[in-house]
Amino acid sequence: MNELVVEVRNLSRRFGARTALAEVSLEVPRGIVLGLVGENGAGKTTLIKHLLGLYKARAGSVRVFGLDPVADPPAVLRRIGYLSEERDLPDWMRVGELLRYTQAFYPAWDEAYAEELRAMFALDPAQKVKTLSRGQRAQLALLLALAYRPELLLLDEPSSGLDPVVRRDILSAIIRTVADEGRTVIFSSHLLEEVERVADVVAMIHAGRLVLAGPIDEIKEAHRWLTLRFPEPLAQKPALPGMLACEGEGREWAVLCNGASEALRGAAAALGAVVLEERTPSLDEIFVARVKG
Amino acid sequence: MLLHLYPSGGVPPYLQIVNQIKYLVASGRLSAGERLPPVRKLAEQLVINPNTVARAYRELETAGVLTTRPGAGVYVAAGGSPLARRERVRILSERIDALLAEARQLDVKLDELTGLLRERSRLLE
Repeated sequence: MNELVVEVRNLSRRFGARTALAEVSLEVPRGIVLGLVGENGAGKTTLIKHLLGLYKARAGSVRVFGLDPVADPPAVLRRIGYLSEERDLPDWMRVGELLRYTQAFYPAWDEAYAEELRAMFALDPAQKVKTLSRGQRAQLALLLALAYRPELLLLDEPSSGLDPVVRRDILSAIIRTVADEGRTVIFSSHLLEEVERVADVVAMIHAGRLVLAGPIDEIKEAHRWLTLRFPEPLAQKPALPGMLACEGEGREWAVLCNGASEALRGAAAALGAVVLEERTPSLDEIFVARVKG
Repeated sequence: MLLHLYPSGGVPPYLQIVNQIKYLVASGRLSAGERLPPVRKLAEQLVINPNTVARAYRELETAGVLTTRPGAGVYVAAGGSPLARRERVRILSERIDALLAEARQLDVKLDELTGLLRERSRLLE
């Protein structure tokens, strides 16, 4: 059974003159870890807020667990663990109070698990939330999203702005969740190295559009950095069909392309160029090339 | 078991794991019959998606480097697997190629190089 936990169809959204999302379609099957990638303002948070029912879909449709999150918010929200980018937490409460308070809303709350996480993150129950460090805030917010073992985790930039130690703790907690129960996770990040390690599938958003989406391995395999040597030095970049990025000088130029592109290789050969080497680009390189192109 | 994942560029994480485990087995640091950490534990240790570890283990099993005992875990396959020898030869071949390239750069002929090998080997004993 591979039901779709999230199904977004042709979702578009504008705020005044600004297009936040343009014809975004996405399917997330159960048990998948999806990395949502894009620069600030690309539309990641807007998309996540649609999944939470915080925005009503004005053009296109959104279904979570087969339900419309706006039509029946509690039915959907109690099955989602959400980590907001701002780490929205009641500052005046103490850690222990906030745990008990949140527990009251979620029948599925696992007290032993919550305690295990609290100890792992070394969060003092007596400490006031407003005195927590940035990293501790993120850890607490994550704990609150994990403790009732929701089927879907929506994490908005879970590790950004955090030092490497805390980042590792947070990713570890997420990995453990994935390994334990095969939960579905959607996390947005602009740290592509993390996305490569943790996600199964990546969706790249740029200026509201879905630029690329698919299993990470496949995407990487579909792209290549080719190092070309031309018979004569070139005064400017070569113009080759399907070229996504190009750098170099003189006789040697590196070109990022769709690896299977015979057209590009053929055009290079026609110019007398030889392929010196080829390698698989990183996700970062692919994203930058796709966005700037 | 010590593995290290390098930031991705050319080599996908699962392949890095496959290669490192092959190396550990071929070099004897992982012995025949030794148990490997469960998928989940290694995933947590390396902070990567468990599917990546599972894939690496599967490939290693297909290659005859690891075997799965149902309900008991993943183990290094019985010693003397032909792959171990092939792997040893591959590792040494890489080093030999590098050595030959350097020797050529330094204008040291093959006879002299072989003589040097024997001399160094004698010193090691």
